[in-house]
Amino acid sequence: MFGLNKKDTSLLIIVACLTMFAPFILNPFPTDSGLAQFNAGYPDLMQRFVIFGIFAIGFNILFGLTGYLSFGHAAFLGVGSYSAVWMFKLIGMNVIPAIVLSVIVAGLFALLIGFISLRRSGIYFSILTLAFAQMSFNLAYSVLTPITNGETGLQLTLEDPRILGVSATADGSIPVTNLFGLEMRSTFEMAVGPWAFQFNAGYYLCAFIMLAAFYLSIRIFRSPFGMMLRAVKSNQQRMNYTGLNTRPYTLAAFVISGMYAGLAGGLMASMDPLAGAERMQWTASGEVVLMTILGGAGTLIGPVLGAGFIKYFENIFSKINDNVLHSWFSFMPDGMEDAVVFLIHPFIGKGWHLTLGILFMLVVIFLPGGLVEGGQRIKGWIQGRRAKDSSTAKETNPAE
Amino acid sequence: MSKFDVSRRGVLRTGAMAGAGVALPTIFTASSAAAFTNEPTGSSVTLGFNVPQTGPYADEGADELRAYELAVEHLNGGGDGGMMNTFSSKALQGNGILGKKVEYVTGDTQTKSDAARASAKSMIEKDGAVMITGGSSSGVAIAVQGLCQEAGVIFMAGLTHSNDTTGKDKKANGFRHFFNGYMSAAALAPVLKNLYGTDRVAYHLTADYTWGWTQEESIAAATEALGWQTVNKVRTPLAATDFSSYIAPVLNSGADVLVLNHYGGNMVNSLTNAVQFGLRDKVVNGKNFEIVVPLYSRLMAKGAGENVKGIHGSTNWHWTLQDEGSKAFVKSFGTKYGFPPSQAAHTCYVQTLLYADAVERAGSFNPCAVVEALEGYEFDGLGNGPTLYRAEDHQCFKDVLVVRGKENPTSEFDLLEVVEVTPRAQVEYAPDHPMFAGGNLGACNPGA
Repeated sequence: MFGLNKKDTSLLIIVACLTMFAPFILNPFPTDSGLAQFNAGYPDLMQRFVIFGIFAIGFNILFGLTGYLSFGHAAFLGVGSYSAVWMFKLIGMNVIPAIVLSVIVAGLFALLIGFISLRRSGIYFSILTLAFAQMSFNLAYSVLTPITNGETGLQLTLEDPRILGVSATADGSIPVTNLFGLEMRSTFEMAVGPWAFQFNAGYYLCAFIMLAAFYLSIRIFRSPFGMMLRAVKSNQQRMNYTGLNTRPYTLAAFVISGMYAGLAGGLMASMDPLAGAERMQWTASGEVVLMTILGGAGTLIGPVLGAGFIKYFENIFSKINDNVLHSWFSFMPDGMEDAVVFLIHPFIGKGWHLTLGILFMLVVIFLPGGLVEGGQRIKGWIQGRRAKDSSTAKETNPAE
Repeated sequence: MSKFDVSRRGVLRTGAMAGAGVALPTIFTASSAAAFTNEPTGSSVTLGFNVPQTGPYADEGADELRAYELAVEHLNGGGDGGMMNTFSSKALQGNGILGKKVEYVTGDTQTKSDAARASAKSMIEKDGAVMITGGSSSGVAIAVQGLCQEAGVIFMAGLTHSNDTTGKDKKANGFRHFFNGYMSAAALAPVLKNLYGTDRVAYHLTADYTWGWTQEESIAAATEALGWQTVNKVRTPLAATDFSSYIAPVLNSGADVLVLNHYGGNMVNSLTNAVQFGLRDKVVNGKNFEIVVPLYSRLMAKGAGENVKGIHGSTNWHWTLQDEGSKAFVKSFGTKYGFPPSQAAHTCYVQTLLYADAVERAGSFNPCAVVEALEGYEFDGLGNGPTLYRAEDHQCFKDVLVVRGKENPTSEFDLLEVVEVTPRAQVEYAPDHPMFAGGNLGACNPGA
């Protein structure tokens, strides 16, 4: 189907199901139960899951296929966000022009940075991209304040021209982002018993775009172009010696992945019309590297899993505080309750970085292939058991 | 002729489906009845405390969180009631807000607009918070204020000192109790005039972002009105930790006053560098060289240690104030945590009480009703003397403190002494003052 082989089709269908039913899957606990803390099925976080999924998928096209480790990918995300917000300020609140412009601008920006950075490979390439990204961050933070609004971040105001829309709605507030009238923030809430599931228009737009981006990435992975990129990863020198110029291929991969990042940035701004400079900071670039490695670099689904994993920790674990802990362990005797809370305290709330770091280390040490490898091992273990079962069954019937 | 078999399973299935179909409309009506975003329907109401728990302002954030927890305790009738007893409004009964028990959720802003907005959004969308408060940086406060305006909840700003928060970025759903750069300048100028005279040459080192700029602009304007000259304004990157390369040129510039528009760790480092370079022992133009830090906090003074002695600046509130409200607050905060509160803690505590009080007086959690109750509201007993929440820009107007690093601190908390309490009239400005112009409150947004 869609020009994919059977395995990829089923992968695409699985991802499609996961994204479409995410409001159910991510909200397993009833709203008023203590475990509701772990529910992730609210619009903002679901949007972040898929948007950072797109970002990581794009990053993986560069890193997973060519092995070029870019440490400045957040710059493209930021550039995409800024262009999208400017479209909202100048043109109107429809998300389509904003997303299109953000992809184009990020692509051009990637072309420029890629053209320069790809003259080097390995660590030098990483440092060059990092330098460019930090440069963009500092420019956005202070020098380019008229365009980026500096530290405060670019926001919509009531005075924006919005030539194809209105500057302010009838009741005097800033209009909201929409897709031909469908408001991105409109959420349909479905209460089933104690559960409340939220279906958000913006989330589904992001999800559909993510599916398209995922599909495109599968096609790239399976194409001759993708094969060429893998060849660059395995031995670029040999390719050069055979008389093949690899630069156009790596540059194309760099620009494509920059456009993915721009798309993610544009979507972020469409869901929440604000663009801040810290989106371009090196920590943000490092985050996408973590996502890709955590999920499994070079695999199709890995980056998406990694993105979900990190965003989950950032948004869910950081919000658990001592009060919540006390309410969980209130069944214990007082002294023991305090002791347990004291033990867990460093790992929750402001300690979410620590928990994430430990998990990241565990994954890298024991599952070098990321979460995908974990999945494969479990699968292999189950199949191995089944295979052993059948082989023992065979042994009872010797051939002789 | 059709065949019509009725099986037990078929009847059950059809029955279940029909039942679900009939029940469906009632499920959907449940959520559409709310008049505004996150209307509290149960026996409790949730507030969102969004503070930096990691990053450069984590210290302030931790103190803010302590203040919020204390405020919630007092609102629910626990503790000694703190400033609720000295507050001029007696609407709060200590039984929660409108009889609903106050619960809260916390989040980490990481001092990044993006993370702060994500955290605030999850409070609104997931936890049903009806008010968001916090912020230890103007950029974050402005970003979250914009979000709250869109989402239709109230934002009570914490520590944010930029003119823009209630200037060009003001929003109808946002309120600020803290003072701002203009007020710092207006309060400091007369004191500086008395101390250092009218014939001075100032050199500015400014953190290179919006807060630094608005403060630099305010201070330069106020001191130039005294007759001072501004010889140079140098912008320093926010991430800078070593300022020696910025200090050296000061010595040869002919300036005799250095103004450090820095906050937090920046200020600690730049002041330390300046003192190490011996600036304070210099005599330029026949006058002693002086250093001014317009925005002071106790946490910063602690970080800079010995170097703050004799250095002047302004602050929103200080724990040594002797009015009833401040004493009550310092007492209950000290009892609970064992040390006096910072100005960040004070403003956050007060904001929470003000919100609760406004809801009580309005008789509703509806943001528009709360906005109406807070606009033009005069109150007293919260540590800053008679205070006005101005309707035009949602900025509080109150006395501003000019403080000085203490020469002989008696404890590790007793680092600043209040030099002068600048009366409110002196720091007031017109809502359309050029430094605050360009914004528009818009209309209050109740959301849903």
